[in-house]
Amino acid sequence: MADQEERVPVMQQVLDNPFLLLFLGITVPTVLYIVWGVMEVANIAVAR
Amino acid sequence: MSAISPPAERIWWKQPIDKLEFTWIAIAFVWSLVMFVMMVYWHVAGGQNLSNETYKTTKEMFAAKAQAVVDKYTVRAGTAAEKEFPVVAPPAGSDIYLIGRLWDWWPIYELEKGKTYKLHLSAMDYMHGFSLQPQNINIQVHPNYDHVVKITPNQSGTYSIVCNEYCGIGHHTMVGRIYVK
Amino acid sequence: MATTYRICPRSGLQFDTDAEKLMRWNAVAGVLALLLGGIMALGVILTRWPAVHLLPADQFYLALTSHGINMLLFWIIFFEMAVLYFASSTLLHCRLATPKIAWAGFWLMAIGAIMTNVAIFQGESSVMFTSYVPMQAKPHFYLGLILFAVGALIGCFVFLGTLVVAKAEKTYEGSIPLVTFGALTAAIIAIFTIASGAVILIPTFLWSLGYIREIDTIMYRVVWWAMGHSSQQINVSAHVAIWYAGAAIVFGAKPMSEKVSRSAFLLYILFLQLASAHHLLSDPGVGSEWKVVNTSYFMYFAVLASMIHGMTIPGAIEQAQRAKGYNKGLFEWLRKAPWGNPAFSAVFLSLVGFGFLGGISGVMMGTEQLNLLIHNTIYVPGHFHATVVIGTTLAFMGLTYFLVPVLFKREVLFPGFAKLQPYLFGLSMYVVALVMMGAGTLGVSRRHWDMAFAGSGMAYEWPGAAYLMMGLTGIFGVIAIIGGAGWILQVVLSLLFGKKLDDGETRSTPIPLTLPPQTGGHAAHVATPGTMVLALVFLVSFILYYFVNWKYLSSLWGMA
Repeated sequence: MADQEERVPVMQQVLDNPFLLLFLGITVPTVLYIVWGVMEVANIAVAR
Repeated sequence: MSAISPPAERIWWKQPIDKLEFTWIAIAFVWSLVMFVMMVYWHVAGGQNLSNETYKTTKEMFAAKAQAVVDKYTVRAGTAAEKEFPVVAPPAGSDIYLIGRLWDWWPIYELEKGKTYKLHLSAMDYMHGFSLQPQNINIQVHPNYDHVVKITPNQSGTYSIVCNEYCGIGHHTMVGRIYVK
Repeated sequence: MATTYRICPRSGLQFDTDAEKLMRWNAVAGVLALLLGGIMALGVILTRWPAVHLLPADQFYLALTSHGINMLLFWIIFFEMAVLYFASSTLLHCRLATPKIAWAGFWLMAIGAIMTNVAIFQGESSVMFTSYVPMQAKPHFYLGLILFAVGALIGCFVFLGTLVVAKAEKTYEGSIPLVTFGALTAAIIAIFTIASGAVILIPTFLWSLGYIREIDTIMYRVVWWAMGHSSQQINVSAHVAIWYAGAAIVFGAKPMSEKVSRSAFLLYILFLQLASAHHLLSDPGVGSEWKVVNTSYFMYFAVLASMIHGMTIPGAIEQAQRAKGYNKGLFEWLRKAPWGNPAFSAVFLSLVGFGFLGGISGVMMGTEQLNLLIHNTIYVPGHFHATVVIGTTLAFMGLTYFLVPVLFKREVLFPGFAKLQPYLFGLSMYVVALVMMGAGTLGVSRRHWDMAFAGSGMAYEWPGAAYLMMGLTGIFGVIAIIGGAGWILQVVLSLLFGKKLDDGETRSTPIPLTLPPQTGGHAAHVATPGTMVLALVFLVSFILYYFVNWKYLSSLWGMA
């Protein structure tokens, strides 16, 4: 059973780690969508 | 094993991918890039892009600006079929202000075909939806924000502005008008 | 109390007794919400059908608010909780983590759902599903939603906890099943969704109580849609997982490639939620860079993922069917599929309708400039009736035909109707989605009581075709509601009066999952030319429709 000894590839390890996925799945949209979006809205200039 | 059991192989990452499946992924990837590039390309070469020019304002300030334009360029009082709203014909290139309020679009503008105007949109109470018919151009209108959209009408005619953001019980009566000569 | 397990004699599946009861209660609560939402749908559709125009304006907006919330939040999220518990404890052969807390979550959801509905039916909270500020609902409208969200969040953590339990107690070897991975995707998106909901609904609740003076309208739309749209992305992940489950249950189909399917789910986890920006493309205040990056799921990576799922699921079915000898020509595998089995027909109609109607229209709408053509028109509900009703609800309905005997231990009554139901409901919904999109293309507004603008000083006259489309929406909407009501009636009657089925063995210890011995080398490889042809037909329709819309856009008033 040589297969049993073989190291699990990194990408498979990532996909097998639910909490890492949870972290990624929260961070990416929070940064790209919410934080960036809210900053844009907060920086709208005031009309004269 | 099937999709409701764990994968049979301990290491499934290294399994070869079916040829047709791989081809499809490659096609789908290319198509995704094409669609992405289309949006960017239209900003460079296209004639219809929604303006990003927006200012924070107040209802009073916006209403005052609209009133000033109306006072200066009103050409006639509207008929009963125009709710007796002022019909305003500002010169090409000028700033024009359209107010969305329960339940009117005010005032009525008369524009010239092929000329560009800086249309300012804002709401006096709830959000409203600027829906230009029969063109079918639709823009969200917010209170306390002044959204400046450069428009160039390319066909003459009578256009209606339907409100398409729900704004209460009289929402369906909220229709305005723009004439293009 | 010790955990016990029941081995279902019909499916061989193993249920933690607590988890099983939770699944049943969540599914039943979901169906009750569907029932209420369905009754409201009748009011909505019969009012928007111009020739009928049933309800007065205030009742119409009330019914529409209730319809939206019950369908888009309560029905699907209750059902998804059942799916999460199934995909974790049942598929991993383990006990459910903290069943008591899971029950607390369920009751919070139930109380929240009731509270919000009460607020709506009291009549002063007809603010639509989106409850855009500064239009204000009663405080308990928002509070109900918050409680519901907290309950659902608890359910997601119980799901994650169960994954931890299964791993710690070694009830499975290797990686979790693909369907569980899909459910994990749904749970992750749900956690983001619910957190965003809390960020916006809690201040809105305080505002309705008078503690906060004002809420910025653009800010509200940005954050609210991180909930409003992502909640529908939970559905996408959940129903894609159910498509895989359906292919596995009906055909014993094996995923074409674990690597490809899981990577596609990873793309969902990373990028699907960005599509919340679809709702802000015609808004001021957020710039084009933000719009382009977010609306395209970074670079259409989630669309890529959906196109992958859309090919690998039928591909897996084709492989399984060809292995059984249905090998003639391109499509014998499909012709000889069990079209009379609702678990299959519902999944297949769901997949095709979601892809062709929901997917293509969704990408069109989600293109920054093209969005100007359809923003807030009835095209939008046309699109999401293709995704949420045809995609999600129909998939859930199909799964239920499998669950009634397995989970509720009852025989399905009226099997003849069950054969027809997915077609009746699904195909009439295809038409509803299409004609709504047609009317939206002509500009007809969504959330609008009267397309004749009665009482308006400057009424606009829609073209006759728009009236025709809305009439068809009415007719086929009613047919779809009959199909949906039939399903509810059938399920409820089966649960109450269906023949009781054998419980099966109950044990105090779970049977661990074991893997079959490695066979050495892979099974003979089967090609899937039929699926490829279908996929190419899809691609061609997609490309044509996409560019037709650009062509139309280019003819409009100049805008810069």
